[in-house]
Parts: sequence; C-alpha cells; structure tokens
Amino acid sequence: MSGAGGESSRPAAAARSAALAGLATLLYKELLRFWKVAFQTVAAPILTTLLYLLIFGHVLEGNVRVYDRLSYTAFLVPGLVMMSMLQNAFANSSSSLIQSKVTGNIVFVLLPPLSYVEFFAAYVAAAVVRGLAVGAGALAVTLPFAPLGVAHPLWAMLFALVGTATLGAMGVLAGIWAEKFDQLAGFQNFVIVPFTFLAGVFYSIHSLPAFWQQVSRFNPFFYMVDGFRYGFHGVSDVAPLASLGVTGAFLALLSAVTLALLKSGYRLRQ
Amino acid sequence: MTAAIEVRGVAKRYGAVQALAGIDLEVRRGEIFGLLGPNGAGKTTLISILAGLARADAGAVRVLGHDVVADYRAARRLLGVVPQELVFDPFFTVRETLALQSGYYGLRDNRAWIGEVMRNLDLTDKADANMRALSGGMKRRVLVAQALVHRPPVIVLDEPTAGVDVELRQGLWQFVRRLNREGHTIVLTTHYLDEAEQLCDRIAMLKGGRIVALDTTANLVRRHHALYLRVRLDGPLPGELAARALDAEGGMHTFRLEDGAGLEPMLAAFRRAGRRTLEVEVARPDLEEVFVQIMRGER
Ligand SMILES: Nc1ncnc2c1ncn2[C@@H]1O[C@H](COP(=O)(O)OP(=O)(O)OP(=O)(O)O)[C@@H](O)[C@H]1O
Ligand SMILES: [Mg+2]
Repeated sequence: MSGAGGESSRPAAAARSAALAGLATLLYKELLRFWKVAFQTVAAPILTTLLYLLIFGHVLEGNVRVYDRLSYTAFLVPGLVMMSMLQNAFANSSSSLIQSKVTGNIVFVLLPPLSYVEFFAAYVAAAVVRGLAVGAGALAVTLPFAPLGVAHPLWAMLFALVGTATLGAMGVLAGIWAEKFDQLAGFQNFVIVPFTFLAGVFYSIHSLPAFWQQVSRFNPFFYMVDGFRYGFHGVSDVAPLASLGVTGAFLALLSAVTLALLKSGYRLRQ
Repeated sequence: MTAAIEVRGVAKRYGAVQALAGIDLEVRRGEIFGLLGPNGAGKTTLISILAGLARADAGAVRVLGHDVVADYRAARRLLGVVPQELVFDPFFTVRETLALQSGYYGLRDNRAWIGEVMRNLDLTDKADANMRALSGGMKRRVLVAQALVHRPPVIVLDEPTAGVDVELRQGLWQFVRRLNREGHTIVLTTHYLDEAEQLCDRIAMLKGGRIVALDTTANLVRRHHALYLRVRLDGPLPGELAARALDAEGGMHTFRLEDGAGLEPMLAAFRRAGRRTLEVEVARPDLEEVFVQIMRGER
C-alpha cells in the first residue's frame, strides 16, 4: 500500500467537486436502499393506491359529483396519487434515518466530510425520487379506470416536486427526532396519515360545513393535493398560485428548522 | 511539525456523567499511540469528539492542524476511524459498502485502491457477499477497510480486536504495523495490554475522564521500579521470609522488591537461613501490572 495522503489544501474547485461527489454518493446510496426493496417501497404503495381507487370509486361513483362536471373516480385519482407520493416521500427519509440511527451505521455518513446542507439535500432528493416513482406508478395503474387529461402538466409537476420535498424534509426532521421505531410510527400514524387523509383527497372541501372548510385550510397538505389536482382537472378549491405559495412557505419553514437542528448536531452529533 | 492530533482542554459531560474532565494530549506524526483505560474511562468519547461524532463542551481538537469543528472537512478527510461498535448496513455487499464510503469522501473512481484494501484484509472472497452474511470478525475487517478507503494519514482504531480470534488479531496488528511503517499515524484503544505494550510507542492512560499517565511505553514500564523475584529453594522458607512471600506456585516463591537493590539482601537472607537457591527468576512488571497500579492510584 502506498503512503499516507497529502494534507496540503487543495484548490477550492476540487474541494467543491469532491463535496458534490459526496452528496451524489449519499443520494445514490439512499436511492439504492429503497430500490433494492422496491417491492415493498414502490410496488406495495402502488397497489394500495389502486385498492383505494377501486373501493372508494366503486362505492361512491355515481353518488358523488364534484365540481359538477367531474366523475368521482376522475376527481379521486390525482388526490390518491398525491397522497401516496407524500406518504412515501416521508417514509423514505424517516425510515432510512431511524434505521441507521438504531443500527448505528449512521456513523458511516457522519464520519465523512459532508456538510449538514449536503446531508439534508441528499435525503430530501432521495425522498422526492421515491415519491415520484410511486406517483408515476400509481398514476399508470389507476389511469385505465379513470382516463383523465392533464390540463396543466407543469403545475402538476411543480406540486409533485414541492409536495414530496416537503414530506422528505419532514421525514428528515422526524428521523432525527425519533430515537425508537415506535416514536416514528407514532408520528406517521398520528400526524402524516390523518393530515394526508384529511387533505381533501376523498372530497372537495367545498362539500364540507363551513367550520371544517376553515379547519382544512390550516392543513398544509390540503394545498398540495388541491394544487396537484388543478394540474389535471384545471379546477381547484384554492387558486394554484396561492397553494404554491402556502406549500412553498411551509417547505421553507420546515427546511429552516431541520437545517438548524442538523447544524446544531441535535441527536446526531451529541 | 504539526501534531497528528492535538487535544486541548477537552471536556464532555453526559447528563450527570463527566465523561471527559479536561484532556490535553498530543499524538505525534508517525507514532503508534495507545489510549488505555477501564470501561467508561472516556476513550470512545474522546475518539467521538475527534471524529466529529460528538461535540466537546469545552476545548479544541485538531487533526494535522485542522480544527475538527471549524475546519471539519479537512480534518475528516485526514482521519480514518474504526468504531468500537460492530456496525454495518445490511442493505449492501462488502464491495458496495466500500465504494459508497469512498464516494462520501468525494473519490469517484477508487476501485483499484478498494481492491487492494480488500486483499490486504482478506476480504476479496467476500467482496460480493451481503454484510449480513459475514461473521463478526469479517464485519470488523470491513470496518477497518471502510476507515482506509480515503487513505487517511491518521487512523484511529477503537478496540479493533474486541471479539476477534487470535489469528485475526495478530493479522490485524501486523497490518496496523505496516500502515504505520508506511507513514500513517495510529491511535488505538484495546483492553489487551500485552498487545498495547508490544505495539505502542506512547500510551495515555485514562481514568474517569482524566489522563492519569502519559508517557512512552518503555518509560511507563520502567517507572515502576518494583521487581518480582521468584526462587526455588532446597527447603521450606524460613518463617520471617514466609510472611513476605506473595505466593508459592509449583515450589517457586515470589517476592516483590522495591528495586534492584533489594535483590542482594534477599539472597543473603536465604543463605543466613541455610537455604540454597536452586532456581532464580527476576521479572519486571509488565504493562498490565503498571496499569493495575496506576488505576489503583499507586505510583
Ligand atoms: N451517548 C452517551 N450518553 C450518555 N452517557 C454516555 C454516552 N456515551 C458515553 N457515556 C458515558 O461516558 C462515560 C465514558 O464512556 P466511553 O464510552 O467514552 O468509555 P470507554 O473508555 O470507551 O469505555 P469502554 O472501554 O467500555 O469502551 C461512561 O460513563 C459512559 O456511560
Ligand atoms: Mg469505548
């Protein structure tokens, strides 16, 4: 083996490129991690989405009309797809982090010269990819049941990105906060699931009593679902730009909090 | 010359436990440095702070002059750490584990070096085995390999031989010696004091988060003048001497002498009692005895 490496400070450009390669590797590892078990991490949620569509679509189709002109199934598809994207984006970063913490292999990513920003970016980006992969699959299997057009593909894409990034960031936050699997499951069952279910996936909030309409407006996930649906049907409860503003602000806030925690070393570098 | 590792006034508290209570030490370049101490002495805590896995409450640590907090990128690139816990990522094979680890350091195509590290640690056969399928000793070797993927000039091994069989232990120390010959600075912890005695140029002994001894291995052993005299006599020990004997094993009586000057009076005492000495052994205390004495608070 050859001798010890040099210690002279390398040019800034080389250092930047090394940092970028470090980030890319962490992202790649996170992708590989879910892709190796794609059956559970991608195929299973796609199947769940399909089941929701078949059951709710079957029960409610013909009984409920939304925005006058949409069939219930057509209304339901974008919401279901968004819900599965959000839940899976969250699951990706949070479960990866808690597993690494509990098993101790988190040291492998804490020892290298990765900054907290790179760390955050890699986990969030992987969550986005997982979310989009599930979303694309869910869309593909539900389309035969509810042929729908895409009125504004860019809006749909934008909401998919911002939504999955938000939940990815939330997953990082929950993953560094939780010290046991139970705590994470609690967060998932009592925060993520109820808030995504009550985000207007199964109904338009205009069908709700005034009080619950107001309550729904405090749920950030509602804006993600609503905006994503606008991308398909061109109709929404809230103007898409306003939804994007709310969602973007929520993402910014969440990222700021998470980055501050990462920077402080909270529960990772005690 | 900048020290390989410079620790200045490092303190760390975990709740009610003062894990480190003001540590100052320097590890020189090119040496093998031993960090010894009983369970809970603070060895791993010190290594964690050095590696950026934990933050010191006070004090500073530098790796080859780079502060581990302010200049963490440089410091971490110069450091390879083998953690005490046998951790692994069950999602990956050995080769994937090493390729990923090297990528985290920004090294893009590192296959040749990874191959060499695997060969040196006898991992080539297991390159494509999943980490889960490896025995404990092999997992330990992968941890060592992971610490070396970025060719760090300073290598820290936290109990690398815990739970490792004799053959692998010797192999590992041989490898450590070789890395050291090739210019790497080595810091290690171990509870096998004979190994530490053989390997380390200098040793720091920790107890309750403080350094209680810091010297070259030779000086540490020499510092304890006490000698052990073991004799076989041609008859039973006379009464006054029997009281001074530490034990009598297989007919050999052991006495503790304060120093070399105590030898002659003992032999004279045997002669006075009319005993002939059939066999004599004089032994210096080894590092283990020194360790025990220092930990008891004797000097
Ligand atoms: N994360 C932690 N939280 C609370 N206490 C801790 C933590 N890490 C270490 N300690 C405490 O700090 C003290 C020093 O522990 P450390 O692991 O550094 O000892 P050590 O010298 O490495 O021991 P060993 O030989 O058993 O590995 C111990 O009392 C330990 O209980
Ligand atoms: Mg330890």
